Amino acid sequence: MNKVRFGHSVIPYLFLLPQILIVAVFFYLPAGEAVRSSFYLEDPFGFGSTFVGLDNYRDVLSNAEYRRVAIFTVWFTVLVAFFALAIALVLAVKADAVLRGAKSYRTLLMWVYAIAPPVAGLLGIMLFDQHVGPIVKMASWFGWNLRVGVNYHDTAFAMIVTAVWLQIAVNFIFFLSGLQSIPRSVREAARIDCRSGFRRFWTVTFPLLTPTAFFLVVINITYALFDTFGLIDLMTKNEPGNNPVTLVYKVFLDGFRGNDLGGSSAQSVILMAVVFVLTIVQFRFIERRVHYS
Amino acid sequence: MAQVHIERVSKIYSGTQRAVNDISIDIPDGEFVVLVGPSGCGKSTLLRMVAGLESITEGKVSIGDRVVNGVDPAERDIAMVFQNYALYPHMKVYDNMAYGLRNRGMPKAEIDRRVREAAKTLELEHLLERRPRELSGGQRQRVAMGRAIVRSPKVFLFDEPLSNLDAKLRGQMRVEIRNLQKRFGVTSIYVTHDQVEAMTLADTLVVMNNGVAEQIGSPLDVYERPASAFVAGFIGAPAMNLIEAVVEGDGRALAVGASRLAPFSHSPALEPGRPVTLGIRPEHLRRAHANEKADMDLVVSAAEILGADTLAHGRIAPGGTGAAPLIVRLPGNVRLETGARLPLVLEPGAAHLFDGETGRRIDLAEAAVAPQQAAMARA
Ligand SMILES: Nc1ncnc2c1ncn2[C@@H]1O[C@H](COP(=O)(O)OP(=O)(O)O)[C@@H](O)[C@H]1O
Ligand SMILES: [Mg+2]
Repeated sequence: MNKVRFGHSVIPYLFLLPQILIVAVFFYLPAGEAVRSSFYLEDPFGFGSTFVGLDNYRDVLSNAEYRRVAIFTVWFTVLVAFFALAIALVLAVKADAVLRGAKSYRTLLMWVYAIAPPVAGLLGIMLFDQHVGPIVKMASWFGWNLRVGVNYHDTAFAMIVTAVWLQIAVNFIFFLSGLQSIPRSVREAARIDCRSGFRRFWTVTFPLLTPTAFFLVVINITYALFDTFGLIDLMTKNEPGNNPVTLVYKVFLDGFRGNDLGGSSAQSVILMAVVFVLTIVQFRFIERRVHYS
Repeated sequence: MAQVHIERVSKIYSGTQRAVNDISIDIPDGEFVVLVGPSGCGKSTLLRMVAGLESITEGKVSIGDRVVNGVDPAERDIAMVFQNYALYPHMKVYDNMAYGLRNRGMPKAEIDRRVREAAKTLELEHLLERRPRELSGGQRQRVAMGRAIVRSPKVFLFDEPLSNLDAKLRGQMRVEIRNLQKRFGVTSIYVTHDQVEAMTLADTLVVMNNGVAEQIGSPLDVYERPASAFVAGFIGAPAMNLIEAVVEGDGRALAVGASRLAPFSHSPALEPGRPVTLGIRPEHLRRAHANEKADMDLVVSAAEILGADTLAHGRIAPGGTGAAPLIVRLPGNVRLETGARLPLVLEPGAAHLFDGETGRRIDLAEAAVAPQQAAMARA
């Protein structure tokens, strides 16, 4: 293929400018500012700041509360990603079996994607409402007095369930389209080669779904780490102290509620590092085992 | 190895439309049967019912002595080759072939032996570690064949396996498939819309149209004595000329538009006024010699020069828009001018006659041929 050449023209840079500007203003500048202020101790009353070197990092990492939140974040991320993916996969497989050959349903199902996130969010919160929430009611049948926002574990449970609930629709649509893109004849060849549907799924269908699954694992980890901020805020609003929060929410808490800008900046820098490492791990190790056909 | 019986099988997808309508075929052990017909006529559906990939609405399919109507595809002891090969994209060539055997719990050593033997037969040995996407179309086709062979099934099923190959490769693979089938002696059902493929491969040809088997017979039989106007037009290239006509006069002459033909002088008479279709293959007409009486004249409108042959396109004289179109296969050295009038002679006994309404064959050729055979018997 011939490469299009612009010579030394400025035109390509002009085209890139809006994108670069946006990234610079909303990402590089704040990130730089976070790195800078992570080395300073900010006066809580706004009377200047003092350079303290790595003190903020030392404080954060030796803080028992921070470690507790970090451990919860790991659990939260793993559980949310796992259940959101597993449930969506089961649903997609079932839907796919119904949909084979019935193309008109497919577009209909896209509505799930269009409608679900806002409605599902509202529903998820309502499910755990202290007064009318059906899950709270159901829990009470088993003698479980579910007190979301008050009891640490109850809140964790509600947060995970709602976060999973919110993400299932997206995962479902991606898995379903992944399943539908597997050629019919390949599945039929497998039907002739393998009697057991279960075995067929794990030896043929699932391996062909790995590009989708890989993509979704990345999306879901990112989701659980960062996009659940609003949900956590909603569920722990009154009492963040007794309730589980994730690292991202703690950055916000310490920075804006606790006015510890230096410590909060150090936390965000640590998070940036975590994301950076995660990205490398994902692309290095997982992608290698993925079959792109 | 086994015989296959297809007994009054029908497939209804939805409502009343029959994709396959009451088809019966008896396939003896080791025979190569080709289902041929235009796209959408139900060939694949019939094949897939034998494979078990499609349920059988009515009728019975048996493989060997066993009725397989309710049997899972994996337990029918068949192997199928698909049009787009349907290889497992995530498996190496070796595993593509071994997969079905592993699922049957065959010992590793036996699997290895079989895969390597098939790879040797198909010249795939150097490709065993590759994935399908690293293979050419022809190589993928061979892997698909290999996957079928290693199973040593009772029946091979092929659904247009060569359609995605270029013409040259298709010709080679055709020969190869035929040789492999002969060598292993496995009963085979082969679906194609390509009549050349069908003629060259088949022991028995099943010509299908609209879900119905129009004719079942050997390729030559089908070519020489097509059971219907549809079969006559479908088998043979260029296609047989099918000319609308009406029986006239003493019942031995045919009126074709403004002209009159008498291709069946020996036949018993038909009732005058009956609408019929006259079938004449392009290769059964030739140019009349100088003093010979012509059966008909062709007004040439175009010449298609193929090298070995020249195809003359035109209309039966007196020509004009109402006259019946006709194609004649002439030797390659004949030079034709547009508008010229070409006197033609029909090979004796080579014309076919079909009922104008039902399209079924009217058996006159027998009467025409019979005196000759009788004469030969006497000699
Ligand atoms: N799954 C299906 N549902 C409904 N109709 C079908 C289905 N599969 C095939 N058909 C119809 O059955 C007829 C025969 O199809 P098929 O056997 O694939 O034809 P061929 O292989 O001869 O081209 C066609 O009219 C087709 O539209
Ligand atoms: Mg077909």
